[in-house]
Amino acid sequence: MSIITERLKNLVSSGEKGLITYMTGGDPDIKSSLKIMLSMAKAGADIIEVGLPFSDPVADGPVIQAASNRALANGAAAGSILQMIADARQEISVPIVIMSYYNPILQFGLQEFCAQAQASGVNGMIIPDLPYEESEMLRIYADEYQLDLIPMVAPTTTPERLEVICSSARGFIYCVSVAGVTGVREHIETDLNLLSSTVRRYTDLPLAIGFGVSGPARARDMAPFCDAVIVGSALVELIAEQKYKEMEKLTEDIKAALR
Amino acid sequence: MLNSGMPAKGGYFDKYGGRFMPETLMPALQELETAYLEAQKDKGFTRDLAWYLKNYVGRPSLLYPAQRLSKYLGGAQIYLKREDLNHTGSHKINNTMGQALLAQRMGKTRLIAETGAGQHGVATATVAALLGFECVIYMGEEDTVRQHLNVSRMKLLGAEVIPVKSGSRTLKDAMNEAIRDWVSNVDNTYYLLGSVGGPHPYPMIVRDLQTVIGRETRQQILELTGRLPDAVVACVGGGSNAIGIFHPFLQDIEVQLVGVEAGGEGLDSGRHSATINKGRPGVLHGSFSYILQDIEGQISEVHSIAPGLDYPGVGPEHAYLKDIGRVRYTSATDSEALEAFRLLSFTEGILPAIESAHALVEAVRMASSMPADKMVVVNLSGRGDKDVESIVQYKGEHI
Repeated sequence: MSIITERLKNLVSSGEKGLITYMTGGDPDIKSSLKIMLSMAKAGADIIEVGLPFSDPVADGPVIQAASNRALANGAAAGSILQMIADARQEISVPIVIMSYYNPILQFGLQEFCAQAQASGVNGMIIPDLPYEESEMLRIYADEYQLDLIPMVAPTTTPERLEVICSSARGFIYCVSVAGVTGVREHIETDLNLLSSTVRRYTDLPLAIGFGVSGPARARDMAPFCDAVIVGSALVELIAEQKYKEMEKLTEDIKAALR
Repeated sequence: MLNSGMPAKGGYFDKYGGRFMPETLMPALQELETAYLEAQKDKGFTRDLAWYLKNYVGRPSLLYPAQRLSKYLGGAQIYLKREDLNHTGSHKINNTMGQALLAQRMGKTRLIAETGAGQHGVATATVAALLGFECVIYMGEEDTVRQHLNVSRMKLLGAEVIPVKSGSRTLKDAMNEAIRDWVSNVDNTYYLLGSVGGPHPYPMIVRDLQTVIGRETRQQILELTGRLPDAVVACVGGGSNAIGIFHPFLQDIEVQLVGVEAGGEGLDSGRHSATINKGRPGVLHGSFSYILQDIEGQISEVHSIAPGLDYPGVGPEHAYLKDIGRVRYTSATDSEALEAFRLLSFTEGILPAIESAHALVEAVRMASSMPADKMVVVNLSGRGDKDVESIVQYKGEHI
């Protein structure tokens, strides 16, 4: 069992749900980003997702698009973000997952990227524009370097697709709560109970629900249907305003709601 | 046979193509592929499409021998495939007509599209009005300024035009927003992609719908002259008009096929959109093809006087045709295109789209050094009315 899977399963067996927090690497700059990682870990994040910024993030809403732009404008790149993760790894033990669009990793070199990610202390990867059909090459290298290639499933995913996606899944299953882009939402119309019970038919891996989680109340609502909740835009919005204390507080509050 | 059976499974033209999209859209792409393959076999669908192409679009478009231009150049005979004479003024409607009929078959009620020059947006808004779809067009804010005539046309046709303010505020960013819209409204919305890029099955669908250009051209030149042309030239942004005219000539190896990319201010200026000439393979907007990008894989800011060519990617089939050497890809600069625009205007009384003027540049270069018994066909993919204002104002020059 991978470190990520084990961590989430242990949480659930001790009666709580996991909190996965997202931040864009290099937003607003590498130095601040390192502090943000440490602060998320301190506030109780069970897994930290670090985004590699991309110029054309089609799966992201305005908040994370803006974060990507800030990071790129300040010169963030895969190499400097991996170095930041390596620095953070000296101080924290929480699993770290890279979230990146495919092209930056492809240009880095799939094998080279996996090797350096592992050496930097990364435990997994999420690639939103790499569906199962296109993922074979990266999956081979990810396995070789003990990185979990974590798949996304959506309310639109058919049972046939769920079966193949789950058959090669590692770490956990990232359930997208709505058909849409990342970002905080007022309402979520998806039947999360149905989504989660359908996915569980095909896998024993933990389920994490993401997209649209605004705060503790929403996290608590989602908790019964999953093993972990993923929070991105709500935290990144505070990072955008450099409200780091508030960001840490929100992380603590959401984690408290999941205990 | 060259390209027979292409794309292969999963939408691959050798190593190019594929389907790099968020999982949310994957079932919709599979549904689209299935619906398209069924429609292709359905005589009702092909009959309806043929009816609209003839009676609404105005096909076949003329193949016009540009005698004054040819005489002026003193070389090969230039023929113009007059896609500018189609309803709405460009080749784009060949594709939107077919895809809108497909969307109707699929029971979708809302069409969305990206547009650069506005020609695809106008062609989409037009078929949406014709067939009764709700219609939303995404257009880069910069393009809404330089092509505001087309913005007004789309609005008059009942479409909502959303100016896209992110990134370089051009075609690439309009496409990002269209994809985001589709992810969010995939149940009732049909994404009517305008070029031969994007995820499978779009490069195949758009190519198939645009090959009507090449099929007609081939037949028309045989009827007019009794033989095939020596060269066929087309501009390449995403590459839909080019693939449309090239495809039926791929097996005719004696016919040179030449794609002309936007050289902007010059290939070494860093301000151009010459993706095949200066790019490297990578993934953008759902397919693996040549793209203009930096060392980190971030997409480059591109430039062209022609908004329809101002795009950092190119259709995967073009990448394949480049690699196997069947098509030669060259480029023309902004000022060369402008010169060709003027040349065609005063020798033939035809204002070409500034995009199509890029193809003319290369046709002029080639024809000038060829003997009079040779023939060069240019795909005149659109009309230039939309460009008049920006050309008059180009670099403060006044005509």
